[in-house]
Amino acid sequence: MTGTGTGPDTGTGTGTGPDTGTGTGPATGTNTPADANAPADTAARLTGLVRALRGHGLRIGPAETVDAAAVLDVLGFVDREQVRAGLAAALLRSDGQRPVFDATFDLFFPLGVGVPEALRADPPALPDDPEPPRFGRPDPVREDLRERLAAALAADDRAAQARLAGEVVEAFGRYGAAAGPGSAPGSDGWSAHQALGRLAPETLLARVLAALRAGSTAPEDVSDLVLADEIRRRIRDFRALVTGEARRRVAELRGAERIAERAVAPTVDRIDFLAAGREQLAELRRTVHPLARKLATRLAARRRRAARGQIDLRRTLRRSLSTGGVPLRPAYRLRRPARPELVLLCDVSGSVAGFADFTMLLVQAMSEQFSRVRVFAFVNRTAEVTDLLNRGGTDPARLAARILAEAKVTGYHGNSDYGTALGEFAERHLDAVGPRTSVLILGDARNNHRDPNLDALRRIAGRARRVFWLNPERTALWPTGDSAAPAYAGVVEMHSCRNARRLGELIARLLPV
Amino acid sequence: MGNGDGTGFFTSVADTVDQLAATGYLASTAVATTVFLADRLGKPLLVEGPAGVGKTELAKAVAAIGQARLVRLQCYEGIDEARALYEWNHAKQLLRITAGRDENWDQARTDIFGEEFLLTRPLLTAIRGEEPTVLLIDEMDKADVEVEALLLEVLSDFQVTVPELGTITASRRPFVLLTSNATRELSEALRRRCLFLHLDYPEAELERRIVRQKVPGLDDTLAGSLVRVVGALRAMELRKAPSVAETIDWARTLLALGADTLDEAVVRDTLGVILKHQDDVRKAAQKLTLA
Repeated sequence: MTGTGTGPDTGTGTGTGPDTGTGTGPATGTNTPADANAPADTAARLTGLVRALRGHGLRIGPAETVDAAAVLDVLGFVDREQVRAGLAAALLRSDGQRPVFDATFDLFFPLGVGVPEALRADPPALPDDPEPPRFGRPDPVREDLRERLAAALAADDRAAQARLAGEVVEAFGRYGAAAGPGSAPGSDGWSAHQALGRLAPETLLARVLAALRAGSTAPEDVSDLVLADEIRRRIRDFRALVTGEARRRVAELRGAERIAERAVAPTVDRIDFLAAGREQLAELRRTVHPLARKLATRLAARRRRAARGQIDLRRTLRRSLSTGGVPLRPAYRLRRPARPELVLLCDVSGSVAGFADFTMLLVQAMSEQFSRVRVFAFVNRTAEVTDLLNRGGTDPARLAARILAEAKVTGYHGNSDYGTALGEFAERHLDAVGPRTSVLILGDARNNHRDPNLDALRRIAGRARRVFWLNPERTALWPTGDSAAPAYAGVVEMHSCRNARRLGELIARLLPV
Repeated sequence: MGNGDGTGFFTSVADTVDQLAATGYLASTAVATTVFLADRLGKPLLVEGPAGVGKTELAKAVAAIGQARLVRLQCYEGIDEARALYEWNHAKQLLRITAGRDENWDQARTDIFGEEFLLTRPLLTAIRGEEPTVLLIDEMDKADVEVEALLLEVLSDFQVTVPELGTITASRRPFVLLTSNATRELSEALRRRCLFLHLDYPEAELERRIVRQKVPGLDDTLAGSLVRVVGALRAMELRKAPSVAETIDWARTLLALGADTLDEAVVRDTLGVILKHQDDVRKAAQKLTLA
């Protein structure tokens, strides 16, 4: 639990939850210095934070934990943002870990306990309105909050936004027993979703824009055009603030460990392809180029090692004649620097589109690593989309939609049919596959109980250098339902590939150099 | 890890911000805190981030504050021990051997592996200096993986072992700063020895202050608009997002052109200053006229 310190009750705020009595840990305020019971508590907090981060796949050793403790020792608890930056410096190893760290940090080193400090010290004036809110009548509390939020967004005032996030969760985020008596214990809590649904900050866009435009003097200024995007970003940041605030309040009820494990979103490279939403896919796309660069250097390193080659005995002996039969300079068997060809065969049907999309972009970004890359897409018919993909560099977000619209990947129905698609590929495009070609097949092999056409896959495998099948489903799910995965796995090597991290590992390991 | 290990350039985070600002480097809280910690804990600082956000400048600023000698090791593919650590001056050794023909082998051997024949390279130079030193290992990701192993002894113990001479330990710890553009992942062993700082594009307000400082002649509202447009461009999915250096270039260009507002014509003519790919220019032009 968060509050191991049990000092005298200082929770005198208005409208505090049922749990505020225990809340007197060292983190009661934004700038409270560490009090008497801080040391032991701090160590527990720090190790709790480290454990939670490890749970999210961050590799943090005891040495880093000791460093982090040294950081706390040097910085003290004067400024929370300094503590955050310092711990991040000691514990993190890459930028992708930052969102997970920030959310977890907020849970283990919370801004306060219970109602935000700023609200307790200076409670917002409740509108003078005796009537309870009812349907169809504007809620004055909500209107007041929206009004102040619009002002804070227009001014880009982070402090005011943080305070408002606290107020919004306090006013609208409560559900279950926290909201009133009569519900089962353990079913109460705080919901950012509920609070944001009531507040609807997105609908403030027009109001904020109008307020900002009114003050602007030069309407022809180009920066005006990007203003709407900027406001949208600010609103998104505010939503994140509310989510964090609600998570903090829930963590007080349920314990920071549990919330850190369940409610903190994973790092981008560990997002499950099949479960990723639109925002997450966009975020994934942003990692394509950095990942491609990293994979390229890894492949280049493997290539260098492979090019070192073995000793060519005949040439070494021939060379040794010039030094009196002593083999001073060994000759190596040189390899011809032929880069491999790659053929990508992707299921682009709705269920696995996100996975196919990401992999296609990644392979395209890595295209200089191969002498030739050809990409084919299918749902139940196969079509070559290499050109579409090359032109798609300017607008990766709409790639999947364009493939479905412009390439002939569906026949009379829209369901996946691996058998027919593989058959068509083997019949029409088999010339794309040669002895230097590696073939990557992407898909969940969910064939809607049709004929898997293993023969076509055998023909492809027979011509290619290697064939790999990357399946975005867990291995445990392969033998279930309409999946033909076990049958296909008997013919070619199949790997489960659920997130970007795994995809990177597989590409770096499997592809020949 | 006591306080005595540090380089002692700074006294507090606030002091770090002030001193960096005095040299012309405007730092965010995160940057100042991390620099302060690296200074205080005596650990190397690994700075990672996109090109042109001021990673190398940070090292120069710290060196200026500490009135320290800046020793720079520029990494590249194929850099090796002889370029990074030390090398024996073979030509001079041969001369020495031929000069003393009549002495015996033992004398010659002890002589030719002395200080006189040692060529120090950046890492050893930084370790051996008596005066305060800032060691900048630039673009670490460009070097091969083998070089990282070479660095480990320097970074964790601030010492270099020369087999013929023994171990040379730093009499005074240098402030070590490594930079990387993240083109490849650095090894865990290297990362574990460093404090990590991701230096990203600055927030709008900070960037506006940077522009105002570097290009003092520019109008304040124009600087604001400029930073806002650059921020919007960074949020787009571009092949190469504009960096701080490019924002400053753009500001200088606008100043030279005498533009007082950022209208469409000016932007269209000068977009090439901040965007380096034709695709990006087209995409940005579309965004800035249609939105």
